[in-house]
Amino acid sequence: MENNQPSLTRRLMPLIVFVALVALLAIGLTLNPRLVPSPLIGKPAPVFNLPLLLNEGSFSNKDLIGHVTLVNVWASWCYACRQEHETVKHLSRNGVRIIGLNYKDEPDDAKNWLAKLGNPYQKIAADYDGRIAIDWGVYGAPETFLIDKQGIIRHKVIGPLSDKDNYDALMAVMNTLNK
Amino acid sequence: MNKLISILVLSGVLMFSFETVAAPIETFKFDSAETEKVFHKLSEELRCLVCQNQNIAESNADLAKDLRLEIYTMLKNGKSEEEIVDFMVQRYGDYVLYRPPFKPMTWLLWFGPVIVFVFGLIYVVRLMKSQSAEVQPVSLNDEEIERIKNLHAEQDNK
Repeated sequence: MENNQPSLTRRLMPLIVFVALVALLAIGLTLNPRLVPSPLIGKPAPVFNLPLLLNEGSFSNKDLIGHVTLVNVWASWCYACRQEHETVKHLSRNGVRIIGLNYKDEPDDAKNWLAKLGNPYQKIAADYDGRIAIDWGVYGAPETFLIDKQGIIRHKVIGPLSDKDNYDALMAVMNTLNK
Repeated sequence: MNKLISILVLSGVLMFSFETVAAPIETFKFDSAETEKVFHKLSEELRCLVCQNQNIAESNADLAKDLRLEIYTMLKNGKSEEEIVDFMVQRYGDYVLYRPPFKPMTWLLWFGPVIVFVFGLIYVVRLMKSQSAEVQPVSLNDEEIERIKNLHAEQDNK
């Protein structure tokens, strides 16, 4: 008697295809669409020169050269910036050079915010109209850029640093720079 | 048939209802109708990164407003359409484009549907072939022919 039944794999094929499709879509659902990879990684920090928020003077991209620096984009109107503030202070206490980029903020609001919550920033550049932030590819605060001693952007954190995944990813890159 | 018509009508209504979504209005003044057309084309093809399912033209987000102004200023300064697209891609990556560029990384994206279609076609053709093969009468071997003859003989003897 000849076996006219299709083989087991052929009969299971629709199921296999279905399961593979479900797996693919399930992976897609776990990805965060807000994490847009920055094309600026590996490139020099954009050219800019901005007034300081708290003192006279200015801060330019040239001031980034020679130190490993975190450039933290924040604003007093930004809720998640408040969330990550303790983490930023913690990093600052541990000797990390942090430069603030105050994004589309009112100077008085920004100053009050710092007076109330503490100022972890070595310097704060004020980007009132958000024009420089466009050059940095910023699309929402908080964002944090890791700049190496040569002034090259090495890592970008989108969202609060207090998030463990964000923090660990940043530390992983930062540790390779300090060695 | 009635069902088909109602589906078509419904999808038509849905399609055109998007056209009437009110877009934020700013009063940009253009030197020429040509520039204005480029402005609208660009702001419709660039994604707003804050509210990702809107383009820069539709979005009310602050960043979209800033980027509209940026596009306007660049056009005023005589920048071409490509230069403005490059400007955006350099800062925000390919993601800012609603129409993904054609390059090795996006080949799967562009060819994927064709590949899936070809596989589907091969599958359907093979399925149809095997089904038509099943209808073909199976030829009997000698032993079976002998058995049928015997059965007939038995029947006749009764």
